[in-house]
Amino acid sequence: MERIPILKMGPFLLVTIQVDLYDRLALNLENDLISMVSKTGARGVLIDISAVSIVDSFMGRILGNIASMSRIMDAETVVVGMQPAVAITLVELGLTLQGVYTALDVEKGMELLQDKIGILEDPEEDEEAPDDCND
Amino acid sequence: MIVMTKDTMQIVREQDVVPFRNRVRELSTKIGMSLVNQTKLITAASELVRNMLKYGNGGKVMLETISKNAQSGIRLIFEDQGPGIPDVQQAMRDGFSTGKSLGLGLPGAKRLVNEFDIKSAVGEGTTVTIIHWKHGR
Repeated sequence: MERIPILKMGPFLLVTIQVDLYDRLALNLENDLISMVSKTGARGVLIDISAVSIVDSFMGRILGNIASMSRIMDAETVVVGMQPAVAITLVELGLTLQGVYTALDVEKGMELLQDKIGILEDPEEDEEAPDDCND
Repeated sequence: MIVMTKDTMQIVREQDVVPFRNRVRELSTKIGMSLVNQTKLITAASELVRNMLKYGNGGKVMLETISKNAQSGIRLIFEDQGPGIPDVQQAMRDGFSTGKSLGLGLPGAKRLVNEFDIKSAVGEGTTVTIIHWKHGR
């Protein structure tokens, strides 16, 4: 069966969605991601949707589910790279992706995740982060 | 209103959704619809086609390129022979769902397109017609 690959990068899981998802594929991704969070003890999930041209209410619900489930498993979720047309459409559709963190691109998403985890952990454990960068 | 092209697609399983969306994209690109309007139309179409699969056991969609007052647009007619909707007004309300979904499908689709019409008869089926114009108004 077709699957979306999930990459592990340090404490984070990285998913790049590059095909138009049909429902089964999206549900598989939801399951796979949650099992991976549990198996790897990942602290963050980054989902890149820059290649996704359509996010409908089903897909939006999957993203929301992933975020809530991850949170329960002690991991934060950031969705990055949403196309402007998709954002406009989502809001008109009535879907505001509440509870899902978003960032413009993968780089900013990674920073956001590091911040989120930094807050939870002892700040002195932050590698290479200058002391005065915490807000 | 003049119908310029006409095409029908059968939607019987989940895997038919992506080719269907691609077909809508193709048609709307051909008439020069902007990306935002294309995205709105395809998202609305995606909601309706999902409803058709989930509640109507599939059906067919007529895809038409139309023209009115020198403006072109896309008309999609979703037809199923499912159980029908007992209370259409209720089904059009945000947050109402008999399934486990968010209940945004019908009202959301209506907000995304220029024209929206729904007819449903219990025991006979449901027909939803949407029109989106090239310039989105």
